[in-house]
Amino acid sequence: MTASVDDIRDVGVADRRLNMIEAINEALAIMLERDPDVIVMGEDVGYFGGVFRCTAGLQEKFGKSRVFDTPISECGIIAVAVGMGAYGLRPVPEIQFADYIYPGLDQLISEAARLRYRSAGEFIAPMTVRSPFGGGIFGGQTHSQSPEAIFTHVAGLKTVIPATPHDAKGLLIAAIEDNDPVIFFEPKRIYNGPFNGYYDKPAQAWKNHPDSAVPEGYYKIPLGTARKVTEGETLTVLAYGTMVHVAEAVCREKGVDADILDLRTLVPLDIEAIEASVEKTGRCLIVHEATRTSGFGAELSALVTERCFYHLEAPVERVTGFDTPYPHSLEWAYFPGPIRIGEAIDKILKD
Amino acid sequence: MAERPNPPRAAGSNTPGLSLHVPEPKFRPGDPVDFGHIDVGAPGTLPRPDETCDPRELHEHAYGLVRVLGEDARAQGPWDPKLDADTLRAMLGHMALTRAFDERMFRGQRQGKTSFYMKCTGEEATSIAASMALAADDMVFPSYRQQGILIARGYPLVEMINQIYSNKGDKLKGRQLPIMYSSREKSFFTISGNLATQTPQAVGWAMASAIKGDTRIAATWVGEGSTAEGDFHSACTFATVYNAPVILNVVNNQWAISSFSGFAGAERTTFAARALGYGLAGLRVDGNDALACYAAEQWAANRARANAGPTLIEFFTYRAEGHSTSDDPAQYRSAQERSEWPLGDPVTRLRNHLIALGEWDEDRQAEMDRRAAETVLATTREAEANGILGHGLHHPFRTMFEDVFEELPWHLKEQAEQAIKERQTKWPGSLDQ
Repeated sequence: MTASVDDIRDVGVADRRLNMIEAINEALAIMLERDPDVIVMGEDVGYFGGVFRCTAGLQEKFGKSRVFDTPISECGIIAVAVGMGAYGLRPVPEIQFADYIYPGLDQLISEAARLRYRSAGEFIAPMTVRSPFGGGIFGGQTHSQSPEAIFTHVAGLKTVIPATPHDAKGLLIAAIEDNDPVIFFEPKRIYNGPFNGYYDKPAQAWKNHPDSAVPEGYYKIPLGTARKVTEGETLTVLAYGTMVHVAEAVCREKGVDADILDLRTLVPLDIEAIEASVEKTGRCLIVHEATRTSGFGAELSALVTERCFYHLEAPVERVTGFDTPYPHSLEWAYFPGPIRIGEAIDKILKD
Repeated sequence: MAERPNPPRAAGSNTPGLSLHVPEPKFRPGDPVDFGHIDVGAPGTLPRPDETCDPRELHEHAYGLVRVLGEDARAQGPWDPKLDADTLRAMLGHMALTRAFDERMFRGQRQGKTSFYMKCTGEEATSIAASMALAADDMVFPSYRQQGILIARGYPLVEMINQIYSNKGDKLKGRQLPIMYSSREKSFFTISGNLATQTPQAVGWAMASAIKGDTRIAATWVGEGSTAEGDFHSACTFATVYNAPVILNVVNNQWAISSFSGFAGAERTTFAARALGYGLAGLRVDGNDALACYAAEQWAANRARANAGPTLIEFFTYRAEGHSTSDDPAQYRSAQERSEWPLGDPVTRLRNHLIALGEWDEDRQAEMDRRAAETVLATTREAEANGILGHGLHHPFRTMFEDVFEELPWHLKEQAEQAIKERQTKWPGSLDQ
């Protein structure tokens, strides 16, 4: 199931370098072009092209009835997307920040996620809700949250989180084509470049990273498949979004021979890839930026313990954000950076 | 408990202390009822503006009442939809059938054949007459008391009863609370059970229809109580922002379980008047007057189809029965309200109108009612052959896991296997069929 770095190379021309914003913009443009039922809407996404520029130029190219601004009403945005889906459209609403998604929760949880079930397939909600998430940009407590576990807990929703420009494009296309509602969280800290966790060192750009090679044209990455970031024998690392890059940097620095999995899709989860890795290494570190208690790491830890217990040589370790709101000035004290990850690796490898 | 301040009054101050207003209905159990405070206006007096008018021209329509049927049972004024006698008889027939259906299903619940039922007695015109003014393929997003729409659109009664019994004939596979129907074929959206969520969804459907250059419009129904939900505000905002071809029908039946309409703001203004602030067309309509309901919905449908904008209609009516089979209205309101309601009963008024026209008589009415009861009884027996709620598990356990997603992911496959294994433990040798 796991796509390796080599598979990605097979996809096509790999010379072109895009950052994650450009990759997302390209995926949207391709789907607007291919499928007349796709529409893009959200606060500031039209003429202006989105506060992060992900929808730049799309209104000009596809017209105001395909790409348009909405009222500041997350409840309304998700609700009209439900109605549009019932009509037969394939809406791609943007929620400007994941922190703002909560007014739309009832429409997501009680409506979009259950439409297929409660109508026995008469009505579906084939929407993809795009939303920037995560911290590291001095966004304070209302522009930094990682609420993925709220959505993985809901029956009927799929949750997708890309970690590279290449994957962002392929996963977004797959999400839009999926006939179930998909929450597509975009790690905004890595929109413009991968992040190794050292906020006090110069920022990197995507153009030097191999996974910024984004093929032109249409391709998709199936939902539910993890990506093998590095092949290793000593330790399994389960991560997604920004934390993939931070964990990779720490393992490289410490010289740990880690088997790092970028999960890419939390629901449905690539359990086969996780089991295969943990059975090989016998140790499992889980890293996410979200708060710890009832975070998705708890689910991962339970799954690994239930399914791989007799292969484990050390207790499963979680490295997460703290159980506090995301603080503005102490952002980097909250963030599960190299020190927290490094100490967890030392602990898990001790015996 | 947190310490609460008890602000001392400065000596000599004559500033009155603040007080909280908690609305209270006029009548409680045992009270004599006099609805003299409700101004119902006179039939035929409000003008009928052009459908493409500016919403600002509808000020008096948002506060008055569009009425057609007079005390003499004759149609009066510019809102008379001038329906032919066959259409009126069909309308009456749908209303009679709906009432008979409600009676039988209510009894079925009391007999233990299902868990729950909701009647629409007294409100039949707001769904039946209104939906008859729409095209058959206009999409409706109902709340839970619009069974009349399905009946008016010719949805098979047996499908409704199968759903109410959650039996093996239920095409929703027993997943939904009784009366939460769904019929794509009849352009009837799956009923949620969460309140007012359907209102912005209807707007979204209408926006989609406009995006596609379609000719179909959307209509939604919501109770006056749940207009308090934020979803309703979203619906009004999106409807007006995008000039969506949608009709927002607010059924003001005065009661939301035990809370009277004052808890949704009715002490201060009308529900139709909400339209004014949004720039929606607003009509307040006698909801017990089938001709007025038809005429208003037709006006709004014409407006929407002409790209002239959305309409908010308040149907002013009365919930003659309890909220549901789980409710006993004798606990919180005066039993006299129903008989004293100043706008009468919608079925009686339409019947009297047809009689006044010389197109109907008491004998034919009795025959219509008898046939409706017979049809419902026979259909109930047909549905009971598929089973009733609680007598056996009518659906294979595997169906519990279907339709969560389009395809079963690994974790649901594992859980389905577990459920089927539990079935074998409980009933050894039973097949999951």
